[in-house]
Amino acid sequence: MIKYLLGNIDNPNAAEIEEYEKAGGYRALTKALSMEPEDVIGEVRKSGLRGRGGAGFPTGMKWMFAANDPKFPKYVICNADEGEPGTFKDRHILEKNPHVLIEGMAIAVHALKAERGYIYLRGEYPEAEKSLQKAINDAYRKGYLGFPLHIHRGAGAYICGEETALIESLEGKRGQPRLKPPFPVNAGFFGGPTVINNVETLANLPFIMASGADSYLKIGSPECPGNKLFPVSGHVERPGVFELPMGTTLREIIYEHAGGIKNGRALKAVIPGGISAPVLPPDKIDCPMDFVSVQKYGSMLGSGAVMVFAEGTCLVKVAWRALKFFEHESCGKCTPCREGTGWLRSILERIENGQGREGDIELMEDVAGNIAGNTFCPLGDGAASVALNFIRHFRSEFEDHIGTDCRKMAVL
Amino acid sequence: MLSGAELNEIEKELRAYSDRKMGCIGALKIVQRHRGWITDEALRDLAGYLEMTPDELDSVATFYPLVFRRQVGRHVILVCDSVSCYNVGYEELLWHLMKRLAIGLGQTTADGRFTLLPAACLGVCESAPAIMIDADVHGGLEPPEKVDQILNSYE
Repeated sequence: MIKYLLGNIDNPNAAEIEEYEKAGGYRALTKALSMEPEDVIGEVRKSGLRGRGGAGFPTGMKWMFAANDPKFPKYVICNADEGEPGTFKDRHILEKNPHVLIEGMAIAVHALKAERGYIYLRGEYPEAEKSLQKAINDAYRKGYLGFPLHIHRGAGAYICGEETALIESLEGKRGQPRLKPPFPVNAGFFGGPTVINNVETLANLPFIMASGADSYLKIGSPECPGNKLFPVSGHVERPGVFELPMGTTLREIIYEHAGGIKNGRALKAVIPGGISAPVLPPDKIDCPMDFVSVQKYGSMLGSGAVMVFAEGTCLVKVAWRALKFFEHESCGKCTPCREGTGWLRSILERIENGQGREGDIELMEDVAGNIAGNTFCPLGDGAASVALNFIRHFRSEFEDHIGTDCRKMAVL
Repeated sequence: MLSGAELNEIEKELRAYSDRKMGCIGALKIVQRHRGWITDEALRDLAGYLEMTPDELDSVATFYPLVFRRQVGRHVILVCDSVSCYNVGYEELLWHLMKRLAIGLGQTTADGRFTLLPAACLGVCESAPAIMIDADVHGGLEPPEKVDQILNSYE
């Protein structure tokens, strides 16, 4: 199996530019620079690469929209605001293989005839910042970067991973999402056409340009080609990040790569794509992990972050903690999300504390139904669907929990 | 008054930007690094320097959890409370920290040494449960007593 995202991380010096060059690094950029920008976009479109930030939008199409906009200057922004709970894949690229991202950015800047690039890095990643800044300096020193590339550090707000909130934050404002349309590809950073791609998305580009779209299409599943990073956490023997072809089943990820459930316990539930992805019961783990299949199984691939819960975990409590997160990270701009996430958290909290009331489950369904589809950005939809799917798959546990303190219940 | 050292760093930060305001989060963090937190006076001075109104800068400062508008201790402990950490020992770790430091979340020890704050996800779920002290991540804190020796290295 080819690994091109983190294939070299067993080499302790993988982050050094000389090591990256030795492994063939920056040859893809040289090749891309010898091509017309339109042809680079054509190759990326042909590759079928889909954005790894969560939405899975076709990267080549996003680029084409921005390229077709007659306005200049254009911008390329890397979204390194990895904040989705359970997700730590981009950190591994940033710390251990930063040049694959920088090379990807340089390819994107060339393809889009962009004026400059920014990397929006979350404030909680100081180690990544050091490694990335050194890599950028080295790439300048070696003459690979012919445009300004700057790291912009965030300061702890999850919502800045939403692309229009990210732009607001980059412009020096509160990170609150903008109304779409217009989309950033037409009116983004200071109104200019702006492409925002996730770290892992950009890190796919050197392989695509060096080996060609045809080779890339041979990896992964037909509708979602390429490799994917799967960060696995929770009750598994070997938590960590695994680079595997798109379409690898959840079962294989949990039981082969992550070593199975900790202490030989049974699996109770799994979240397949970071905290915003709906929970799945154990009978769904034959789900192939790609953007199309996970949807068919009733969840979403999201960031690909697999969170594993063993038998004995109180899922009411997990749902409560998840909603606590959404309430805290709601930016407050739109009412359904600001108020709704707080209400969901509060109802879950009283159920968890043994003070649930008759009708609380229906009340949560009602509140969640009033959030879904009515918010500015996907944060509210995520919160609603997380709550609804915990209830959908584990309704009897919620019912049993009403009026009972789970610490006294037999399941534990 | 912003100090010469602060102004030097802020000027360097602003060089990367076409607009002074773009550097405001970075500038807030620079001032915070020098003073521990953002006082009202520092906010006013910085706003003037960035050609923003104090309210405009405060709207930014209060939005971001890592910008402190209240006094914090010499070291800030961020305790990751994401579901991944919760799953494998967050509660025991938080309880241990609270007992050991005799403070709750959002509070500062009487000697001004530590402030304890929650963090949404530190992105180190493979070594949960985790905390971050200043700019250092410490993971795998199970059992929670592992944190004791770590705390000793922060005066």
